[in-house]
Amino acid sequence: MKIKLIYSLVCFLFLGNMLAQQTPAPKQTQDYSIEGATAHLGNGEVIENSLIMFSKGKIEFVGSAKMKIARMGTVINARGKHVYPGFIAANTSLGLAEIDAVRATRDVDEVGTMLPHIRSIIAYNTESKVVETMRPNGVLMAQVAPRGGVISGTSSVVQLDAWNWEDASIKTDDGIHMNWPNAFSRGRWWMGEDPGLKPNKDYQKSIEEFKDFFANAKSYLASNKSTKNLPYESLQGVLNGSQKMFVHVSGKKGITDAVNTCKELGIKNIVIVRGQEAEKVADLLNANNIPVILERAHRLPNGEDTDYDRPYRAAKLLADAGILVGLGMEGEMERMSTRNLPFYAGTYAAYGLDKEKAVQLITGNNAKILGIDDKVGTLEVGKDATLFISEGDALDMRTNILNEAFIQGRKISLESHQTKLWKRYSDKYKNQ
Amino acid sequence: MKKILFLLLSLCISSSFAQEYFPTNTGVKSSKNNVYAFTNATIYVTPNQTIKKGTLLVKDGKVVSVGKSVSIPTEAQTIDLEGKSIYPSFVDVYATFGIEKPKRQGGRGQRPQYDAARKGYYWNDHIRPDINPTSEFKFDDKKAKELLAAGFGAVNTHLEDGIMQGNGMLVALNPNNTDAYRILDKKSGNYLSFSKSVKSRQSYPTSRMGAMALLRQTYLDADWYANGNAKNTDLALEALNNNKNLPQIFNAGGYLDNLRADKIGDEFGIQYTILGGGNEYERINDIKATNATYILPINFRKAYDVSNPFLTDKIALSDMRAWNQEPSNPAVFANNKIPFALTTHDLKNVKDFSTNLQKAIARGLDKTTALEALTTIPATILKNNKIGNLKAGSYANFLITSGDIFDSKTTLFENWVQGAKNVINPMDIKDITGNYTLNVNGSTYTMAITGSGAKQAAEIKKGEEKINSNFSFANDWVNITLREGDNFTRLTGQLDNKQIKGTAIDNNGNESKWAATYTSKIDEKKKDKKKDDKTPEVFGVSFPNIGYGNAAKPQKETILIKNATVWTSENNEVLNNTDVLIKDGKISKIGSNLSSRGAKVIDGTGKYLTAGIIDEHSHIAASAINESGHNSSAEVTIEDVINPNDINIYRNIAGGVTSIQILHGSANPIGGRSAIIKLKWGENADGLLYNNTPKFIKFALGENVKQSNWGDSNTIRFPQTRMGVEQVYIDYFQRAKEYDVKKKSGQPYRKDIELETLAEIINKERFISCHSYVQSEINMLMKVAEQFNFNINTFTHILEGYKLADKMKEHGVGGSTFSDWWAYKYEVNDAIPYNAAIMHNQGVTVAINSDDAEMSRRLNQEAAKLIKYGGMSEQEAWATVTINPAKLLHLNDRTGSIKVGKDADVVLWSGNPLSVYSKAEKTIIDGAMYFDIEKDLEKRKAIKAERAKLINMMLQEKLKGGKTQAPKKKTQKLFHCDTE
Repeated sequence: MKIKLIYSLVCFLFLGNMLAQQTPAPKQTQDYSIEGATAHLGNGEVIENSLIMFSKGKIEFVGSAKMKIARMGTVINARGKHVYPGFIAANTSLGLAEIDAVRATRDVDEVGTMLPHIRSIIAYNTESKVVETMRPNGVLMAQVAPRGGVISGTSSVVQLDAWNWEDASIKTDDGIHMNWPNAFSRGRWWMGEDPGLKPNKDYQKSIEEFKDFFANAKSYLASNKSTKNLPYESLQGVLNGSQKMFVHVSGKKGITDAVNTCKELGIKNIVIVRGQEAEKVADLLNANNIPVILERAHRLPNGEDTDYDRPYRAAKLLADAGILVGLGMEGEMERMSTRNLPFYAGTYAAYGLDKEKAVQLITGNNAKILGIDDKVGTLEVGKDATLFISEGDALDMRTNILNEAFIQGRKISLESHQTKLWKRYSDKYKNQ
Repeated sequence: MKKILFLLLSLCISSSFAQEYFPTNTGVKSSKNNVYAFTNATIYVTPNQTIKKGTLLVKDGKVVSVGKSVSIPTEAQTIDLEGKSIYPSFVDVYATFGIEKPKRQGGRGQRPQYDAARKGYYWNDHIRPDINPTSEFKFDDKKAKELLAAGFGAVNTHLEDGIMQGNGMLVALNPNNTDAYRILDKKSGNYLSFSKSVKSRQSYPTSRMGAMALLRQTYLDADWYANGNAKNTDLALEALNNNKNLPQIFNAGGYLDNLRADKIGDEFGIQYTILGGGNEYERINDIKATNATYILPINFRKAYDVSNPFLTDKIALSDMRAWNQEPSNPAVFANNKIPFALTTHDLKNVKDFSTNLQKAIARGLDKTTALEALTTIPATILKNNKIGNLKAGSYANFLITSGDIFDSKTTLFENWVQGAKNVINPMDIKDITGNYTLNVNGSTYTMAITGSGAKQAAEIKKGEEKINSNFSFANDWVNITLREGDNFTRLTGQLDNKQIKGTAIDNNGNESKWAATYTSKIDEKKKDKKKDDKTPEVFGVSFPNIGYGNAAKPQKETILIKNATVWTSENNEVLNNTDVLIKDGKISKIGSNLSSRGAKVIDGTGKYLTAGIIDEHSHIAASAINESGHNSSAEVTIEDVINPNDINIYRNIAGGVTSIQILHGSANPIGGRSAIIKLKWGENADGLLYNNTPKFIKFALGENVKQSNWGDSNTIRFPQTRMGVEQVYIDYFQRAKEYDVKKKSGQPYRKDIELETLAEIINKERFISCHSYVQSEINMLMKVAEQFNFNINTFTHILEGYKLADKMKEHGVGGSTFSDWWAYKYEVNDAIPYNAAIMHNQGVTVAINSDDAEMSRRLNQEAAKLIKYGGMSEQEAWATVTINPAKLLHLNDRTGSIKVGKDADVVLWSGNPLSVYSKAEKTIIDGAMYFDIEKDLEKRKAIKAERAKLINMMLQEKLKGGKTQAPKKKTQKLFHCDTE
């Protein structure tokens, strides 16, 4: 009886452990020195045989291990290994949904079309099982954005090891996301229309509606605001430049129209998201200092006779055109696939982009684009010690094997629901 | 003697308006004289028999005689057709004339209907061979007028609804009489299609392959029924058996479906006449091999409006090419001696028929063949020798024209149907063309009248200045309105010996005389100069006929790859600095310093050579994936619906994939049979399939088969729980077992394709690849199989395989899984990327598959994830996309590794094939080079050039005033397991 009870207790504890997520690591109290690794700084530079030291959550030293300098705290021998700044995934919906097919777990898309006041941060689930699977791949930060509608809502940037969304936030309400109207629309086959894509007759009309919305907001903001209007109120940031406007759009025409319209409306900081064909309007983007958050490389070509590797070459094309490029996630299975972010960067590298530039896509560049480069994105003194050590090249799935990861100097767990099941069942067979 | 008999017979049916035995109450009984003699005409008795200056004698709706010396009876009205031609009126064998297409029943979002609503008929509502449309037929005067103007005299019409649609009826387009006379044949032809009836909401079949399986089962059942085996009466099968000897006309509607229809016909000894879709020229040899007679639509697409470059970018090259190539389709048939009829079917406007036909003729369709396609071939199809010709005894359905019927300048005057006249353009309109001097009220003008018949028009000038004017000429009267400034002058007049004379009324209402005096003929040459008669460049077809298609199919070569790092996929072997010789489609030698005379030598230094990737779970290259209308669909096969034109085949070979299993989807516990193909880009469907292919079938478990995510209306199909799934299997296997016993006992049995397939599984001739997620149900299926004494071959997806890898090993089943997919539905909550490694460690044969057109082109990267997740070695990881899937597919004696004697299915990689930085540079299948990264660059250039040329041609077409259509992006349906 007693044995049975103990057994149940053990089981309960074990199960309990199974259900809860990884415990967030406490504040850094122990200093660290990582010695001997190839350091990818996230700004295009590499230091072979490097020394990186951090204390109280901040990077204190970045340089060569040959430097005769006192090592701080615990020394991690990382010879033959690689160190990277924590990868940043832009334009994700991490933590806003858990299981795609289960409606109760979806908090991604709110009802309505013009929803700048909708804020993703309060729905961000730090306990998400999906989120914890990011970290073993080096993805340590993410912009969390709502989806749907014309103006989807306001995003925030979080780090992926936190007790709650307040702890998680790196930058709250960093920008507003809008979906530029499609230049093409599909026929309604159920009404007997041809299902093929045809020019969208309502394209111009949709743009006018967007403009009207802003025009009304501006008059509201200039008024005495006797009656508060939540959507209009929340546009203040993109109009005064304190928030960014993330315009989700592809195609030369769409991007051109989007940029010109946003400028006309007085929107200061524009970021193009998706940006297929952005290289063809590079002059316009560069003249206005507009960066692009590119989609994942693993996409099918747009058209039947589009080059098979056109999606793979996208980053190279944009970088060559002088555009500041980052990397984001949107589309099918976007949350669980966000952990593949480094491999998308790797694929872009395979198709022409310099490897360090590929690292930059998901480190320095994404940090700049999201406006968090003062804190994260590169291995530089004074920045957050958000970084990880990998057995090898972290952009290659063969060698993206993490030894240690730190967020703000906190040594985080690299376990997950998945690694636990792995161990549990490996043990099952071992003990049989 | 014969003639007298004929005369006697025709006396019996003399009046054309009322049946002779009907009482008369509106006057005295009278009969009309219906004898006409058309003389001095060029008469096309048949397309190949012409009589110059001949006479056509017609009586009571039929041809009495035709020839050079026909004795004309005294009572005949003689019509002199000097200079004119007579053709048999056209026949359209594929029409829906006068029979309204039924409207779709019910709205969306209703509960599905699984059983037939018609009682006393076949078990499937979409099989309606019993439909006889005579009761629904209503002669459509408006449509008849359009068709008559296009030259048609008879149409074979039917109710276009359902897979078996019932019989057709042959109708003369005779508005002058009643159905009692103009219905020439009440039962002419039996119609079929792949589309379901809109009158029933019965779910099955939801797919093309389901429709094909249903047709097969129906034929089998009809036979079984005919042999008196059924206990019940089935009006549908009875009708089918009764109409067996009618011409069988199949609306297939395009190259791929034509072949599919013909395949079914061949299996049951039926040669269908096939209604095509206009793209048959793409693979005309396959079309010829069907031995079918075709019915071709000529609804050639309009040019795309390419003036906006943003939108133009979206148009696929294949669509632009089709605009250029389609008009050649009939000519290609003619050149290949494939018999065909032409139809107005699919034409939005019947008026376009003659213009499009002229386009086809301009592309080389000879006029005799064109005429055959409209007369004798339709007659042959309908086995009716009384239409489509003007031989004695045939229906007096004929056209009177000013000349060559296929010339754009020719006027069609009259279209006689059943000996009754229908005027299209008045025949007796005088030719008043010429240059005239026009004098009105003291002013002198010049007037040039051009054109012909009713279409004669005038241009009036005063000196060099063109005068605003209106001109018409009808019923011998000329009417002209002249406008000079605000002054109008109205002229009416008639022809009077080289002069047109009459009265003019000016602005103030004052009358005066006017006259136009003939001065000279119109200079025809000057007019013709304006016309651009240059035939446009017609682009050649490629295989397949889309961008990146091959101009010629790749051939086997002797290829020597030198000094490569070879991953053989045999016992985790790596051979450095090794040569591999490929010969006659096989791997001939592996070694160092190999040489072979005449071999194409490829330097493999620094590169990696591997076996081609095999994707155990793919849904590309298919026109359908799920037959979700029943909970078991073992009767369907993906082999029926292979689509060799899918660009994803090319994208796959560019990713190093050489073989795939196209699996049925996961809509039901027992899915359909697989197609296993080699990605030989450019081959047709048969050319892609493996010879002596291993036989597989897809099963599925979990949320998809119990319709968990199908919405609230889909909750009535059994099973809705995992508990029910088990019972579905036990039930079907039990029935299959009993069926097999009965079959082998020699007793008469009803052949059932579904149970035949399931019996193959029990007899270990067919293998199951089962879509699976959760351990409980995986365990269950193994137990069910063991109960029936066979093994499951493969669990595909198998995301919880790691939880019962030991049991899998014991059962002897393999696992084909995703590297890292999860969280997309509830049952994949416990899916882990370490799954493959754990199963592998327990001795299960593990493969990594795609189930996705995007992932399949980079399976090397997916395999590489196994090194990260679970620590497999590079060679073990590589085996999961080569030799392991080959083993799971029972192909490991033929492909999947680099071994002497095996098929030369190899890939040359730029670097370590598992590295994210490596690319497939050359993909060789059966010793032929199907992908070459350098050739790919050439193809890109060619596509760019061809697009530019076609865009220019379309711009020219628009400038010339040709009609255009809005740009349209070709969209392709991408399939996954759960795609409907």
